[in-house]
Amino acid sequence: MDTRFFVTWMEEITAAVRAARDHLTRLDAAIGDADHGTNLDRGFSAVAEALAARPPATPGGALVLAGSTLIRKVGGASGPLYGTAFREAGKTLGETPEVSTAELAAALEAGLAGVRRLGGAEEGDKTMVDALAPAVRALARAVHEGGTAGEALDAAAAAAEDGAKATIPLQARKGRASYLGPRSIGHEDPGAASTALILDALRTVGSR
Amino acid sequence: MVGIVLISHSDGLAAEAAELARRICGTDVPVAAAGGTDDGGIGTSLDKVAAAIDKVDQGDGVILIPDLGSSVLTARLLEAPGAVVIADVPFVEGAISAAVAAGCGTPLDGVLAAAEEARTIRKM
Repeated sequence: MDTRFFVTWMEEITAAVRAARDHLTRLDAAIGDADHGTNLDRGFSAVAEALAARPPATPGGALVLAGSTLIRKVGGASGPLYGTAFREAGKTLGETPEVSTAELAAALEAGLAGVRRLGGAEEGDKTMVDALAPAVRALARAVHEGGTAGEALDAAAAAAEDGAKATIPLQARKGRASYLGPRSIGHEDPGAASTALILDALRTVGSR
Repeated sequence: MVGIVLISHSDGLAAEAAELARRICGTDVPVAAAGGTDDGGIGTSLDKVAAAIDKVDQGDGVILIPDLGSSVLTARLLEAPGAVVIADVPFVEGAISAAVAAGCGTPLDGVLAAAEEARTIRKM
C-alpha cells in the first residue's frame, strides 16, 4: 500500500461521508446534537482539499495531514478524536513509502490508543471505540493468520460494522449521549457508525 | 499574571463569560474567549483556542476552561505541562474563581486550585 493508496482511502472516505451525511446526522439527532454528519462532511472535504493542495510524499504523511486537518476543521468532538487517530497512525508509519498489512495494523492500533488516551473511552461505552477496537483486533488477527491484504481489510471492515451495530443496545457512558442515561439505549452510536464507514472505505480501496 | 482562556461551543457564551470575569475581577486580568467554530457555528476551533492562548500568555502560564465535549478534547490537544493547563470546573464559576486568583498574582498551580474550588462551593 503506497501513498496513492492512502490518498485514495481519504478520497473514498470523503465520498462515503458525503453520501451518509444525513444518515449520520439523523443517528446523532437521536442521542446527540445532530451535527455528526455535517461536521465530518466539512472535515473530510477539507482533508480532500488539503491533500490536493499539498500532495503528501509518504503514506504516513497523508495520514498526518488528514489528521491535522480534521482536528482544525471538524468543530465537534469527532475532530480531535479522528484527527488524533489518523495522526498517531501516520506517525507510526514514519517515512516508509510502502506499507504492509502488518504495518497498517500496528498504525491503526496506535490510532486506537490515541483515541482512548484523549477521550478516555473503553469498549462498551457506546463510542467510536466500539467499532475501532474490534476492527484493529480483526486486522491483527488476519495478519497473524497470514491471509491476503484483501482478506485482512475485509475482516477489519466487517468487525467495525458488527461493533457499530452492537452499540444499539448499549447505554452511553461517554460523550453527549451519556447525558441521556438509559434513553441512549436503542440507538446506534453515530461515532461507531462513522468508524465503520471509514473501515468500509479502506476495504473498498483495498479490493480494487 | 496567569492567563485564562474560556472555551465554549458558543461564541456568545465564551465572550460574555470572559466579559463577566473582567467586570468582576478587573480589566487587567488577561482573559480571552474562544467560542464556536471558525465559521461562527456551534462547536470548537483549535485555531481560535491557540490564538487565545497566545493573546493571554504573559509567561506565567495559561489556564484553559472548556465547557464540554469537543471543547475539552480540543483543550487537551493544546495542553503543555506546567505552561498550559486545563481546569475541569463549572464554566462560569470556575472562570470567576480563576480570574480572581489570577488578578491577585497567584501562580499557575494556585489559580488552578482556586478554579477547582468552584466545583464544591455552594451558592446557598
